[in-house]
Amino acid sequence: MKSRSFKRIWTAAALSAALAGPLAAQVAAQVAAQEIKIGLSGTFTGPNASNGVPYRSAAEIFPTTLAGHPVKWILLDDATDSSIAVRNARRFVDEDKVDVILGSTSTVTAVAMSDVAVEAKTPQIGLSPMAIPPAKLPWVFNLPQPVPIMVSAIIDDAKAKGLKSIGYIGYTDGWGDLNWTALNQTAKTAGIEVVSGERYNRTDTSVTSQALKTIAANPQAVFIGGSGTAAALPHLTLRDQGFTGPIYHTHGTVVKAFIDAGGKAVEGALMPTGPMVAASELADGNPIKKVSLDFIQKFDGKFGKGAASPIAGYAWDAMLLLDAAAGDALKTAKPGTPEFRTAMRDALQSGREVVGTNGVYRYTATDHYGLDERARVLVEVKGGAFRLHK
Amino acid sequence: MTFTIAPLLIQDGLTNGLIYALLALAILLVFVVTRVLWVAAGDFVVLGAITCALIRQGEIPGTAYLLAALGVVSTAVSLWRARAHLAPVWKGVVLLELLTPLGIAVLAFVLTPMKPPLAVQLALVVALVTPLGFLVYRVAFRPIADRPVLTLLFVAVAVHYTLTGLGLAFFGSEAFRSQPFVPGRIDVGFTRISWQLILVLAASAIMMVAFWMFFGRSLWGKALRATAVNRLGARLVGVRPEAAGDVAFTISALVAAISGILIGPVTALYYDSGFLIGLKGFIGTVIGGMVSFPLAVLGAVLVGLVESFSAFYASALKEAIVFALLAPFLLWRSAFEPRGQEDDH
Repeated sequence: MKSRSFKRIWTAAALSAALAGPLAAQVAAQVAAQEIKIGLSGTFTGPNASNGVPYRSAAEIFPTTLAGHPVKWILLDDATDSSIAVRNARRFVDEDKVDVILGSTSTVTAVAMSDVAVEAKTPQIGLSPMAIPPAKLPWVFNLPQPVPIMVSAIIDDAKAKGLKSIGYIGYTDGWGDLNWTALNQTAKTAGIEVVSGERYNRTDTSVTSQALKTIAANPQAVFIGGSGTAAALPHLTLRDQGFTGPIYHTHGTVVKAFIDAGGKAVEGALMPTGPMVAASELADGNPIKKVSLDFIQKFDGKFGKGAASPIAGYAWDAMLLLDAAAGDALKTAKPGTPEFRTAMRDALQSGREVVGTNGVYRYTATDHYGLDERARVLVEVKGGAFRLHK
Repeated sequence: MTFTIAPLLIQDGLTNGLIYALLALAILLVFVVTRVLWVAAGDFVVLGAITCALIRQGEIPGTAYLLAALGVVSTAVSLWRARAHLAPVWKGVVLLELLTPLGIAVLAFVLTPMKPPLAVQLALVVALVTPLGFLVYRVAFRPIADRPVLTLLFVAVAVHYTLTGLGLAFFGSEAFRSQPFVPGRIDVGFTRISWQLILVLAASAIMMVAFWMFFGRSLWGKALRATAVNRLGARLVGVRPEAAGDVAFTISALVAAISGILIGPVTALYYDSGFLIGLKGFIGTVIGGMVSFPLAVLGAVLVGLVESFSAFYASALKEAIVFALLAPFLLWRSAFEPRGQEDDH
């Protein structure tokens, strides 16, 4: 009998210890949860590093408060690896209990993270263009301009120039497909005929055949669905083979490496991009101009003149969106709670217009892309720089 | 297809095909002498091309660090292997594997920022890349030279991935493209021939003749041929297969470096572009039955031409068509050629 009661006491003691441990941890967590926590995972190393690093740089000049409330930015590197991106997302929701997930900065890794975000009912703002299936719509937002909006700038310009036909040379991969589909959709509505569609790999040593076939189809303009340095090859080949019409590129070519690779031969190349690239040339009445110039001044102040890029601007826009949403969410809930995460989501999709560096964002419950034609301009390579095309 | 397009496609196919042909020679040479399927041949082309692009921009290429580091590793490996009888060999090892690479690396550090004339820059590229082939052989393949072909292949694949990884670390994920040596085309009546093709034609003709002279006339060339025909027999008449391996890898790296210089201005090359280029050269050697040098050259040129024409007719399927080219040749070879004994070099 005695031994039994002893046993009971022991059990009770063990139980209370087991309960008290997590309880203490919970109390500690609640104290720390006074601040808003934002997790940012990006491709800071690996094959997509050149796209990821500007986000990290922009995060260095992020403010320490959102809507006047202290905020903690947690930055993790996913090395352009989907499995690491998922692990980072897990860490964000399980250990850090973040209120919003930002990232990742490549399409593949961003999509990989979204499963975790949806499961944990934590809003995610993807920092690379991604398709959002209906099941993920409640929690996943897309920040950069979707491809069709960018391609529509090309078709608008072609229409303004009175062109009737356009040819296409693009990557064999997903990027080439996205642009090809967008081109066909937007060209059709504008009454422009797509007369050829050729493909190449970004590692190809020659696209002469594709260029010859494109020229043989006799288009008035050509759209090259490539990116960066590798987009210069079809441009140079087309010009070498005597094509004189306008050549359009994707917004993936608005990097210095493209001009370096193409040299004088890519002068006159036309491409859509976020308005930030030509911020100083925008009309004074455009609200984006002020936000862009402010960001460029802050960014260049830290990293040197000419350092600011539209990619870094995406990170800044994510911060501005969170700043606006936090103001509403803080009124109804406390950071670190499921209610706050829901409140942040609701505030993000409230239909309010937020002016950023790359566009005016207006998310609603049914539209998580949130951008319109104000989010792009057409620029031209002129004198070795990107200038607003007029 | 019109009569103006066909000559342009042929030109394009020849320009690429000749580069593949040079690679096919490099791969075949290494294979017949050392039995290594030289998977990393394409990586050496990329090393040559990117090194060339960087030096012409006046930037010190990562290749210089790689050469110096590999020299140190190679010296350590060689001295360790010879630890029982150091006295007769250490001087040679230090001179060849330590001082020469370090000397070339230092030369690159001194000369590159001075932006010397083009000829000096190109010589520097060749001097930086060529010893890498020799050092890679000494570090990775010489200690296991008598292992089965499959083991050597695995090591070659490992070398390929190591070089690709180092390429990413040294050169970054962006592509490189150097300015053309002689831009434009000349009009020859029925078509316009690009200067690039003439350059590639001239360079590959010179190299192929050099190959032929080397193997037909020189003592070293004959020793290499002897090793290729029969390793044991060659050893009996006083040819050291290991020395033959040194020479084969050095020549292979030299050919790859020159191919890299030739291909650099044609296209943008990423740190990992080499594998596909090497694979196409490899198809050329397979068409040549992995034994015949002239047939390997013809096979590789064929690959270039097929690539060019298939890109015209069905650009999305280009790679599939090029690699499907292997199938009929393999079938034909296995049907009509006597089956050679495995591992009988």
